[in-house]
Amino acid sequence: METLKKDIQKGITEKTVRMTGAEAVIKCLLAEGVDLAYGYPGGAIMPIYDEIYKYQDQFHHVLTRHEQGATHAAQGFARVTGKPGIVFATSGPGATNLVTGIADAQIDSTPLVCITGQVGSHLLGSDAFQETDIIGISTPVTKWNHQITKASEIPEVFAKAFYIAKSGRPGPVLIDITKDAQFEEFDFSYKKCEKIRSYRAIPKLNIDKVKEAAKLINSAKKPFIVWGQGVIIGGAEQEFKNFIEKTDIPSASTALGLSAIETKHPLNVGMVGMHGNYAPNVLTNSCDVLIAIGMRFDDRVTGNLETYAKQAKVIHFDIDPAEIDKNVITDVAVVADVKESLVEIMQYVHKTEHKEWMNEFHKLYDVEMKAVINDQLNPTKDGLTMGEVIEGINKETKGDAIMVSDVGQHQMFACRYADFIKTRSNVTSGGLGTMGFALPASIGAKMGAPDREVVAIIGDGGYQMTCNELGTILQTKVPVKIVVLNNSYLGMVRQWQELFFDKRYASTEMVSPDFVKLAGAYDIEAVRVSKREDLAAAIKTMIASKESYFMEVIIEQEDNVFPMIPTGASVSDIRLS
Amino acid sequence: MEEKKNFTVSVYTENNIGLLNRISAIFLKRHINIESMTVSKSEIENVHRFTFVVEVPETLIRKVVGQLEKQIEVIRAFYHTEDEIIYHETALFKIASTHLYDEKIQDKLKFRRAHIIAITERYFVIEASGLKEDINRMYEKLKPFGLLQFVRSGRIAITRPKMAISELLAEIN
Repeated sequence: METLKKDIQKGITEKTVRMTGAEAVIKCLLAEGVDLAYGYPGGAIMPIYDEIYKYQDQFHHVLTRHEQGATHAAQGFARVTGKPGIVFATSGPGATNLVTGIADAQIDSTPLVCITGQVGSHLLGSDAFQETDIIGISTPVTKWNHQITKASEIPEVFAKAFYIAKSGRPGPVLIDITKDAQFEEFDFSYKKCEKIRSYRAIPKLNIDKVKEAAKLINSAKKPFIVWGQGVIIGGAEQEFKNFIEKTDIPSASTALGLSAIETKHPLNVGMVGMHGNYAPNVLTNSCDVLIAIGMRFDDRVTGNLETYAKQAKVIHFDIDPAEIDKNVITDVAVVADVKESLVEIMQYVHKTEHKEWMNEFHKLYDVEMKAVINDQLNPTKDGLTMGEVIEGINKETKGDAIMVSDVGQHQMFACRYADFIKTRSNVTSGGLGTMGFALPASIGAKMGAPDREVVAIIGDGGYQMTCNELGTILQTKVPVKIVVLNNSYLGMVRQWQELFFDKRYASTEMVSPDFVKLAGAYDIEAVRVSKREDLAAAIKTMIASKESYFMEVIIEQEDNVFPMIPTGASVSDIRLS
Repeated sequence: MEEKKNFTVSVYTENNIGLLNRISAIFLKRHINIESMTVSKSEIENVHRFTFVVEVPETLIRKVVGQLEKQIEVIRAFYHTEDEIIYHETALFKIASTHLYDEKIQDKLKFRRAHIIAITERYFVIEASGLKEDINRMYEKLKPFGLLQFVRSGRIAITRPKMAISELLAEIN
């Protein structure tokens, strides 16, 4: 028995053991090193939950209050650990409730393994109770999915699922298991998957392309780097830093790339994109070589493609060949693992200095400081700003916290003003922009990184989409810090209505319940801050708390996020007001 | 606007349930109408081949093929212009038997790849095959006689350039 356990830990169980499909599911997860999952039970997945009960000494299950919460919690876990997040749900509504989280994970390249129960195979296609075609529904939003109707398929399909979710550009996979396959007995053995013939996880690095890229970089007078989450997913943070320090290239991050290097690194010139920093957006259209690393030229980053970096030669490092030339046509594409590429290119790039060019970034930073940042961090108006709350949290956590943000104005303030010193510290819903992401994601993030402070920054709108997960916090006692920035509006949409729809505030004014009382109902200590003089002390108390803590901050109602690139405008036409 | 062209897309895949859904979702996302589709076994055991015909700009089909190849169970995907392939389509025309001895119809059948494959008391069936235009022409010619039914197949195509799927699989294995 002892050797079997060891083998399981190594991911190999060549020895055959007779068991049910449901038990095999748990054995597969243990073999993949998984001991934590999020989910919600129901009829079609009961045999698996029965095994979760039997294996509770080795396998921990977190009951969320909604299946969507389970996916976001699993995402939070995956984003801070790099390991796949595991989700269980039953058939029908249980399965369809996963779709938002899966779509979010797909577009943000987050590894998830979702396991759904399904009606018995003899009932498939008959519109049985809680039957839904989750394979059909989840196909466009998964990296891969598969329906199991026989217990004997379980080991191979799980091994494949883990390999696909984790390797190459990671993503969510879904396994749907009919109830009869969960009950069926078979001879179990497990072997990890190492390759799939139709799938090349990591394209082979082409040295000639690396040399071509290095040549362009060496000859550049005004090179500029935009990096994305690929640097973090590829574990290439140190290699990336070595590369930019040797070449002395000003570097800006996408929203998801934040925290790959520290915010205050001298070559870090901030964030690009719609609400990014002024200098990197404007100077995108002045650089002579644009080097994109592990990013995908999302429209929120590029603004109008017709006027995006047209003067520059473009080098694109990415692991996914389908991203090359998808939005921006590249001059040199290096398609491979980012770490390998960065290690390789170090041999060919010269040690350089770009002082004058860097000065242009500093000058424009000063412009942004005067026009925008100063008013946010040192406001003179009565109402509190979102920027000063983030800055207050920075001071108390010294940049060591994992910031989990939801979607909207507060998210942009969190991304713009959070001070990161460690990688994997910015967990936010980027590509899909899923309101309601942060609270459940913060639960998963804290479980994935229990030794780190986890602060969820949420708006009053998004909070009410998933605040049912306060129940999960109550039950698990996971000590997350929850900050709701309440401006009584769906602030981002209201900002657009103000700027582009003549202040017709259609359905953006929001009446909310007493959030402090609500937190109290879940036995979470809570405070409401509405005066500037109370803010610092409240943040201090919150961060010092060993338990979960809730802080609501009443924010100036009609504050806007600037700078801003209006939709369809060029990055260099970014507005400061 | 870049000019739209006819492209034949060949997709070599594993033989899995649900893969058609995954592939067609990529065309759907880009709002591309599939003009014809054929699925069959390929020259390699356990490898299937999808053949799609679409009319789109070349920059778009290049991106679509990249996204097709990205699917786990797609081995390789290619796109070809009309002059890079040898292709064939088939059509069946069902016509009332009152026209069977009509000389005008007999004339039309002189087209080199058309013949009658079934005759009954009430109707007869003409099979025609060839290029897309051949079938279109035949359709226009037979239409005046009143088509009781008309159906045309998806395209089957062989490419002039090599596709090297076997070599690719050998390399991976």
